[in-house]
Amino acid sequence: MRTIRFLLQKEFRQILRNKTILAVVLVVPIVQLLILPLAADYEVKNVSLCIVDHDHSTYSRKLIAKITASGYFRLVDFPDSYREGLTYIESDKADVILEIPANFEHNLIRDDKQKLYVSVNAINGVKANLGGAYVIGIIREFNSVIRAQWVQAPKFSSIPVIDIAITNWYNPYMNYRIFMVPGILAVLVTMMGGYVSALNIVKEKEIGTIEQMNVSPIRKHHFILGKLIPFWILGMVVLTIGLTVGFLVYGIVPEGKIALIYLFAAVYLVSILGLGFLVSTYSETQQQAMFLSFFFIMIFIMLSGLFTSIDSMPKWTQVITWFNPVTYFIQVMRMIVLKGSGFTDIIPHLLKVAGIGIVLNTWAILNYKKRS
Amino acid sequence: MEEQAIKVEKLTKRFGDFTAVDEISFEVTKGEIFGFLGANGAGKTTAMRMLCGLSIPTSGNASVVGFDVYEQTENIKRNIGYMSQRFSLYEDLTVIENIKFFGGIYGLRNKQIKEKSDSLIERLGLQNETKKLVGALPLGWKQKLAFSVALIHEPQIIFLDEPTGGVDPVTRRQFWEMIYEISEKGITVFVTTHYMDEAEYCSRVTIMVDGRIEALDSPRKLKERFNVSSMDEVFYLLARGAKKAVI
Amino acid sequence: MKQFLIFIKKEFAHVLRDRRTLLILFGLPVVQILVFGFALSNEVKNSRVVICDYANDESSHKLISKIEASQYFDVEKITMTYNQIEKSFKEGKIKAAIVFPVNFDNDLQHLHKAQVQIISDASDPNTGNTINNYLSTIITDYQVQLIENIKVPLRISTEIRMLYNPQLKAAHNFVPGVMALVLMLVCVMMTSISIVREKEMGTMEVLLVSPYRPILVILSKAIPYLLLSLLNVASILLLSVYVLELPIIGSVWLLFLESTLFIITSLCLGLLISTRAKTQQEAMLFSMMGMLLPTLIFSGFMFPVENFPWVLRMISNLVPARWYYIIVKTVMVKGLGFSSIWKETLVLVAMTFFLLVVSLKNFKKRLA
Repeated sequence: MRTIRFLLQKEFRQILRNKTILAVVLVVPIVQLLILPLAADYEVKNVSLCIVDHDHSTYSRKLIAKITASGYFRLVDFPDSYREGLTYIESDKADVILEIPANFEHNLIRDDKQKLYVSVNAINGVKANLGGAYVIGIIREFNSVIRAQWVQAPKFSSIPVIDIAITNWYNPYMNYRIFMVPGILAVLVTMMGGYVSALNIVKEKEIGTIEQMNVSPIRKHHFILGKLIPFWILGMVVLTIGLTVGFLVYGIVPEGKIALIYLFAAVYLVSILGLGFLVSTYSETQQQAMFLSFFFIMIFIMLSGLFTSIDSMPKWTQVITWFNPVTYFIQVMRMIVLKGSGFTDIIPHLLKVAGIGIVLNTWAILNYKKRS
Repeated sequence: MEEQAIKVEKLTKRFGDFTAVDEISFEVTKGEIFGFLGANGAGKTTAMRMLCGLSIPTSGNASVVGFDVYEQTENIKRNIGYMSQRFSLYEDLTVIENIKFFGGIYGLRNKQIKEKSDSLIERLGLQNETKKLVGALPLGWKQKLAFSVALIHEPQIIFLDEPTGGVDPVTRRQFWEMIYEISEKGITVFVTTHYMDEAEYCSRVTIMVDGRIEALDSPRKLKERFNVSSMDEVFYLLARGAKKAVI
Repeated sequence: MKQFLIFIKKEFAHVLRDRRTLLILFGLPVVQILVFGFALSNEVKNSRVVICDYANDESSHKLISKIEASQYFDVEKITMTYNQIEKSFKEGKIKAAIVFPVNFDNDLQHLHKAQVQIISDASDPNTGNTINNYLSTIITDYQVQLIENIKVPLRISTEIRMLYNPQLKAAHNFVPGVMALVLMLVCVMMTSISIVREKEMGTMEVLLVSPYRPILVILSKAIPYLLLSLLNVASILLLSVYVLELPIIGSVWLLFLESTLFIITSLCLGLLISTRAKTQQEAMLFSMMGMLLPTLIFSGFMFPVENFPWVLRMISNLVPARWYYIIVKTVMVKGLGFSSIWKETLVLVAMTFFLLVVSLKNFKKRLA
């Protein structure tokens, strides 16, 4: 026990003197929390639109007015032809082209049906989807409006209408930042626990001071505890800094209990430190540790549901996410902060993370004993 | 019958096909300064690591201060000191922090640590440097400090792995004076080196070639046996037939 | 020249001997492409929703089966109270609940107006929005079906065409992004770390004291990474064409030329970092924070740059990866030629010069 105290003293002295680690603990989370949520704005707005109007009729003008009034689009230009419009898309100046054919109004009234043409730059699938959906939605609304104006009342009222009442819970203003900040915070804590910790252990291996440890009566498990505990603490520090920034800068106040967040983070950190420890047992140099740890953490983050939803992943990938501790952390962060989930709600997540932690740490310990 | 500090019998270490240490046998008496010589790659470091409990032998027997190197490595570690040329102390901690740390992990009580560190600092004349980072000290001071710290828990044996590498002759002489001092107190010194003049300072030396012990005796007797006037020449005669070492 | 080759050989030996790092350097892009290609999708599919059918009549059943038929939803029919719905949301079990009130069919047929309620978990605004949109579309389509038999005047239909990516595959967006990311990673991080490691170990002095100009020493460090990166580009392109079925529409040569330019830019950036970093840890930190994250964030492939506030948009212009990303998209996906990307190319060339000059200056200063 006493040896652990001495080990921790030494580690903290070294860490506090190490400017790089301090920067990572203090500066980086703050900067990232300031920049990332601003950047991670997936809301589809300001879709650039070109309209090719061959009709120049009342209807076409009304439609155009309706589109511009919607607020979703930024009108770029009125090219004379589709081909000209295409050059806008090629140079990324426009995302969508709406083509209104010649004699649109006239033919619509005469034949009771007409077609409008929409071309979308689909390289970015999300934008294309939503942008297209917006256009179609506005056209549909326009359709109902002109129909109502055109047709006599009795005939019209026999058309059944389904009114869709949408209520959005938990983020009524659809603020993307509130959604991203807890997730980003989870990533930062993960980096501390899984990446910096691995580098630190391997550094001693690389320099050679680990030999001096090996030859002393320090038990191996004391040594490892001495290496991991400081990063557990630092992980909690990063969490605190993050929550503070979230509150001060974004006004995010968790709906649920903050104590619950810390409880989960405490268990989670043990789990992710296991990963850092495991990586260190497979690395001889800091460079290797860096790449190995980075590789796994990156995959974990990509598959965690931070940027893309897990439900839309193919079944086999979803299975992989079951073993990914980051997934659970991000889910729990979001659940507690945005929805006010309670202890009973997160028990399954807690157990799964604890389970993963046991596996990782055991594997790491076995490996460590074997290799040294 | 004097107590044997180290007893080694047909100790062997194999790495796959390669035999680094080939059935070496010897005994070291308490208080001896035992020199372990050999060219680079001869197996010295591997042998020493087995005796320090850092590596499990492939076959053979050995005991250090009465403890078996297979089963009782923890006990061995508690009773030995170790200092290697590569480093020994934490460069980013101060002198006093290093002393306190190693004292603590070897189980000394706080009062003991204070006493020891005060006397150590005084003996080395480092009173003005206690708060300096070890990394900022000149090499010679680092070595002397590392040596003293390795003795802080009053071990029965101290293992020195090429302790004077890269150090100037004056410091080397001072270092060996420190070694004599502790040997007189009854502490056994097991030192590896390839400075042949240092071999002269040892009570007995062995010369390892290709993993085997080619000679084991006092420097004087070895020089007589080979009819040469310096350990340099003894070494050259023995080592030039080596297959694995580099002359 | 011969001596230069000797330096290069030595550098290659260093790189090739570190199998673990090598594995990751080549494995990383492959894994990323596979994950992005097969696992990640910005689409919202298989969302778990609950349908509370209080009406339980012909119309509600018809509409519900339409929703069930959609691949976007994973439907469970349970009648829940609001409290139960809330609990389900809090446990993260469902994304939305659709409620059909009693007398749905009746209201529709006789009053010509009925209501359906959608309660969405909007903690993820985009998912929430998209689910709302999908559901609305299905319901509106059902409406259209109902009125098909009634002759309705003025029917406007829309034909929508998806350009460059008709199947809305995400690959078109991220493959260029992965290329930018991987090249940045390899070139900047590896070069800077390799140079700093020699500094740390002291072997740099030995090299510098040799009769060859320092610039050759530096160049020799960069060359293995240049070749490695080109290999990576090739492997990424092969993967995208044959595994992800994303063809290269434009000129492959142009793509390689531009990639070489970007690689050189990144190498210069790595060089600059190496002149400032004192330890490997510092080099790693600078590379990671100073480059990897900005590339991820500002290149435009993960986050939509057009949504950035003005400040971030300015910063993104300074990130070389952003320009390269545009170039690759334009050539590879849109199939356009040099005339469309000469501006971006010029920016990269200018950045390269700037970085090269600054780092050489820095380097010379440290030696003096």
